[in-house]
Amino acid sequence: MSEQKSERHTIAVLVDNEAGILARVTGLFSGRGYNIESLTVAEVDAKQALSRITVVTSGTPMVIEQIKAQMDRLVPVHKTSDLTVEGPHIERELALIKVQGTGEKRVESLRIADIFRAKVVDSTNTSFVFETTGSTAKINAFIKLMEPLGLADVCRTGVVAISRGPAGL
Amino acid sequence: MSEESLTGADLVIKCLIDQDVDVVFGYPGGAVLPIYDSLFKQNHLRHILVRHEQAAVHSAEGYARSTGKVGVVLVTSGPGATNAVTGLTDALMDSIPVVCLTGQVATHLIGNDAFQEADTTGITRPCTKHNYLVKNIADLPRILHEAFYVARSGRPGPVVVDLPKDILMAPGTYNATPKMQHKSYRPQMKGDLKKIEQAIDMIAKARRPIFYTGGGVINSGPKAAQLLAQFVKLTGFPITNTLMGLGAYPASDRQFLGMLGMHGTYEANMSMHASDLLINIGARFDDRVTGRLNAFSPDSKKIHVDIDASSINKNVHVDLGIVGDVAHVLEDMIKVWKARQVRVDQKHLKSWWGQIEEWRKRECLRYAGSDTIIKPQYALERLYALTKDRETIITTEVGQHQMWAAQFMKFEKPNRWLTSGGLGTMGYGLPAAIGAQIAHPDALVIDVAGEASILMNIQEMATACQYRLPVKVFILNNEYMGMVRQWQELLHGGRYSESYSAALPDFVKLADAFGGVGLRATKPSEVDDVIKEMIATPKAVIVDVCVDPKENCFPMIPSGAAHNEMLLGPGDVAKKPISDAGLALV
Repeated sequence: MSEQKSERHTIAVLVDNEAGILARVTGLFSGRGYNIESLTVAEVDAKQALSRITVVTSGTPMVIEQIKAQMDRLVPVHKTSDLTVEGPHIERELALIKVQGTGEKRVESLRIADIFRAKVVDSTNTSFVFETTGSTAKINAFIKLMEPLGLADVCRTGVVAISRGPAGL
Repeated sequence: MSEESLTGADLVIKCLIDQDVDVVFGYPGGAVLPIYDSLFKQNHLRHILVRHEQAAVHSAEGYARSTGKVGVVLVTSGPGATNAVTGLTDALMDSIPVVCLTGQVATHLIGNDAFQEADTTGITRPCTKHNYLVKNIADLPRILHEAFYVARSGRPGPVVVDLPKDILMAPGTYNATPKMQHKSYRPQMKGDLKKIEQAIDMIAKARRPIFYTGGGVINSGPKAAQLLAQFVKLTGFPITNTLMGLGAYPASDRQFLGMLGMHGTYEANMSMHASDLLINIGARFDDRVTGRLNAFSPDSKKIHVDIDASSINKNVHVDLGIVGDVAHVLEDMIKVWKARQVRVDQKHLKSWWGQIEEWRKRECLRYAGSDTIIKPQYALERLYALTKDRETIITTEVGQHQMWAAQFMKFEKPNRWLTSGGLGTMGYGLPAAIGAQIAHPDALVIDVAGEASILMNIQEMATACQYRLPVKVFILNNEYMGMVRQWQELLHGGRYSESYSAALPDFVKLADAFGGVGLRATKPSEVDDVIKEMIATPKAVIVDVCVDPKENCFPMIPSGAAHNEMLLGPGDVAKKPISDAGLALV
């Protein structure tokens, strides 16, 4: 078992939007020693009071199977889906990135932002805030390029993910 | 109680009555005063006043395990709730259905560090199956009925409902019915038929099969135990039970190999190790059962039937996992078996049984008797002999005495053996016995205890005496925390750090002080008389059986060892030293 390789999985969970649900999920992860790489949550159906959690985690296949089963066991959880194993899916993150600088560096940051299709959402004489969406890898790459140009602040939403094709969760 | 003028507290009582609750174990306090006031004004519900909230939960567990019904607890906010946490964790680990109502400060005070405020839903989130904080009186009846549904459905467990005082005093209407289910929580009861067919294929081909069954059979209900016996008889296979599963299969039957695991029988553990097909029904591959995981039943295919999908492939990878309720799955298995007219390979089965009989001949539970000092095993042998023809329920505390009780008390039917398995809670036995005695007033209820464990909830003697409950506390008094001492002897060079029970009370006088009866045996010749007198006494009794302080519990799989590396007695200990890796395990 210990020889099994750790894998990264993206899991979507549909839950009742009730008090304490997020604590229940995160408590399960910390209590059982699972990793959370990122976690996002928001209400997706106000009428039925349902929220959707997207959690990116890593572990051996046995641990990933456990995570899914443990989540399913929580009473307010309606459905758990391991998007990584259940076919093609799309993952997106949104990031807000602040870059400080003047002169050539400032211009260069704007040029790179253009290549990445990042939007300028705030601007002063000495700074920009860029908004960008994409895969985790794309955002990592963008941030890396901004580092020498005066990267001042980073804020990321974590991954949201949905399966491709007509079927819902 | 007229419909118009119901308060939250009245609604609580009404919901409990509608859930067929007949008894509540509790302790009053400021935040739950309105409920106690409503209790006072009715005659349907009986309230048992415990002496500590932990004991309230254990009593409810004892009630639940001996009846199959949901046990109900009522405690106040703050310390009432935090004291209940050990009991709730115990119920979660052993899958016992309990609904625990906790008082809470008024909603406008929550978060203000008010007097006797605790974040009860926060504290109990990891130690309950589910919990609720009622913030609106309109939700109260629904949440209460839902709590019962969640507690008893699927894999049972404890559910906390936190009740702020202003909600209890607010006017409300009874807008729910006891039939209510949770809006989405529907545990899978029927097993996948294809997988059941596959299981029968595997069973039909097996040469060295063994049934390994657990508490899930008991939780599934009496029908599950009947179906299990029927299926085991159909196959002719050997069967072993976990600590939680004792009683699910009649112990006197020839096909029963006894308990397995750390202090299980030689024949059960050796059969597990040599098996080529392990049929796990309602057990969870607990570490006390498996021993060293990479040496656990190495040559077997494994089938696992469990109502909780997360139990499957958690500790041990299995070849076939079937999610479903034990009774439902067994019923389908028997149907498929009969429809296909499966014939077991009798030749191989016979040689398998031949091997098992060889292991049996080791008589692994044999111990060196004595005419001068009471051996704990002897005391339990006599207790069993003198109680087996009665309706007897055995509870235990935790430690050596618990393991000896599991080995020497035999159970023919489910719901007669109540012990803290998962959490291993010292102090469990006496309150559990009280809960069982409340549910079964005419049964002989005995808490097999140690002198250390019993002191953890000894205050419950007052509860037993107040309600004239004739529970018996049978203390195997070896003046040590015996299991701690045993491990210190085997693993820590005999350095008995803090495991001696110094300054013990005189248990005979203690029983008397509470209003019960105290008895003592110091010689083997006194054991029978003391047990007979205990049974004949229609009051709470403490029996102080002064046993050999040096006796160790065998057989034993030392920590970090495999099923085929058992220590059968003191002579084996030096031959098989415990590994460094084993030392780190509990």
